Amino acid sequence: MDIKRVKDYIYWLYYQYLLITCSYVLEPWERSMFHTITVTVFAMVVYTAYVFVPIHVRLALEFFSQIFGGQTESTV
Amino acid sequence: INHIVHNGGLYKRPFNEAFEETPMLVAVLTYVGYGVLTLFGYLRDFMRQWKIEKCQNATEREEQKDFVPLYQDFENFYNRNLYMRIRDSWNRPICSVPGAKVDMMERVSHDYNWTFTYTGRVIKGIINMGSYNYLGFAQNAGTCQEAAAKVLSQYGAGVCSTRQEMGNLDKHEELEKLVARFLGVESAMAYGMGFATNSMNIPALVGKGCLILSDELNHASLVLGARLSGATIRIFKHNNMQSLEKLLKDAIVHGQPRTRRPWKKILILVEGIYSMEGSIVRLPEVIALKKKYKSYLYLDEAHSIGALGPSGRGVVEYFGLNPEDVDVMMGTFTKSFGAAGGYIGGKKELIDYLRTYSHSAVYATSLSPPVVEQIITSMKCIMGEDGTAVGKARVQQLAENTRYFRRRLKEMGFIIYGNEDSPVVPLMLYMPAKIGAFGREMLKRNIGVVVVGFPATPIIESRARFCLSAAHTREMLDTALKEINEVGDLLQLKYSRHRLVPLLDRPFDETTYEETED
Repeated sequence: MDIKRVKDYIYWLYYQYLLITCSYVLEPWERSMFHTITVTVFAMVVYTAYVFVPIHVRLALEFFSQIFGGQTESTV
Repeated sequence: INHIVHNGGLYKRPFNEAFEETPMLVAVLTYVGYGVLTLFGYLRDFMRQWKIEKCQNATEREEQKDFVPLYQDFENFYNRNLYMRIRDSWNRPICSVPGAKVDMMERVSHDYNWTFTYTGRVIKGIINMGSYNYLGFAQNAGTCQEAAAKVLSQYGAGVCSTRQEMGNLDKHEELEKLVARFLGVESAMAYGMGFATNSMNIPALVGKGCLILSDELNHASLVLGARLSGATIRIFKHNNMQSLEKLLKDAIVHGQPRTRRPWKKILILVEGIYSMEGSIVRLPEVIALKKKYKSYLYLDEAHSIGALGPSGRGVVEYFGLNPEDVDVMMGTFTKSFGAAGGYIGGKKELIDYLRTYSHSAVYATSLSPPVVEQIITSMKCIMGEDGTAVGKARVQQLAENTRYFRRRLKEMGFIIYGNEDSPVVPLMLYMPAKIGAFGREMLKRNIGVVVVGFPATPIIESRARFCLSAAHTREMLDTALKEINEVGDLLQLKYSRHRLVPLLDRPFDETTYEETED
């Protein structure tokens, strides 16, 4: 019973996605093309975030801590 | 926030009108949706041009391909790529009288709405929330139908002539006297088609050298009539009296564009109820302005006659004003009277002038006799002259239905435009996919609704428009409301955050005013 509710909820979420992006009115082949492009773009965004965001955040934190914390060190 | 307007004591009752603002997220997502559809539209056009796909819409012939393109503008692009995909919600064939319940022929499309085939099945008993049947006179049984059948057997169906030649029946004279008495004016004239009443009579009233001040959201018939007349047209913001007063002041002070001569006539075109917004015109203020600046008023009561006012006499009675203040009272018999045609009422000199100079009177065939009899019987019923209290009961039932339906929809959380008392209820949908989805889901649940998108409304403000009727019983409205609630949850249509935009009562300053070019 719970599985059915979860499946219905996921189907409802898929239906909302179709309505918002207007793929509800597209023909099946257009819909598959649109899904492929969306999933590809989303996957690329996730991969880029995974690769780049931690390194950039670490570098930014180092930069700012150097400005504020390292003032006493650099005047020699 | 209270939207009661007390403007120098002109209003005898509260004027509650609200147009909730579009939520920002919804607007952004609507544009995203239109962007996706536009991209796919370009792709399909490309495929059609390079013959990868068969082209099923109208194109120019091979010899004409080098001429000025006919189908390249946005309207045609929209038509082939967006409208065609959801076309099955419109032009649905009905096969019974459009009363409170209607029968519809079922149709399917195997090539994505380019062609339709009938399955042969008839869907019976669909609750009709789309017909302009405000007082429920669209019936195939009852006193109106019997009277019309009798007149049909006596006069036949065709008139075969124009009003000026041999088409002036005694029925028409009887109808015109009755209409004049109903409205409280000196004299009236009836025409065969409501659209033609507007578009053919405004050119007879104004011409070059006159000024027309027309509301932003006026109907196509008024716009066409104004353009055909050749007068200068200036638009004021919808129902906005400060904008109208500014235009009137400028017109009187500066006169005609180059010569600075005074305008021959200034005509203000407004409608009683605007059918896409559900708003009611601010008639007391318009009449006060008209008297102050000595201009003329043309009131198009197509949707409000029979639907507003304690005894159904229209928006003039709703505000408790004098019908003689309105110079030209126009209306149609299509909506509340269950017939066809239009009328114009006013002073006797005006109507006698129109009898000779109106294009509709000279060239168009006059009303058909059974239709005239339907109008006469229904009008007498509304006035109470047929001896029963049916007319009054219907007017009151419509008012009750309106208030109940609107209150329930607002409580559910939908965005509803318009005045509290107007029987036209627009429910905002915004996203293009939801237009098609709403129409289809409601039909699955046996309720027929009218959905509207571009170009009848602005491109992001698409809506579903419900027209209430005195023939709807409380049970039918409850069923309809239950289904609308379900579909609203399914499609996530409950956008309202109860943040109503305050009506523009502050005086207009230069920063908020945009003028159309002189």
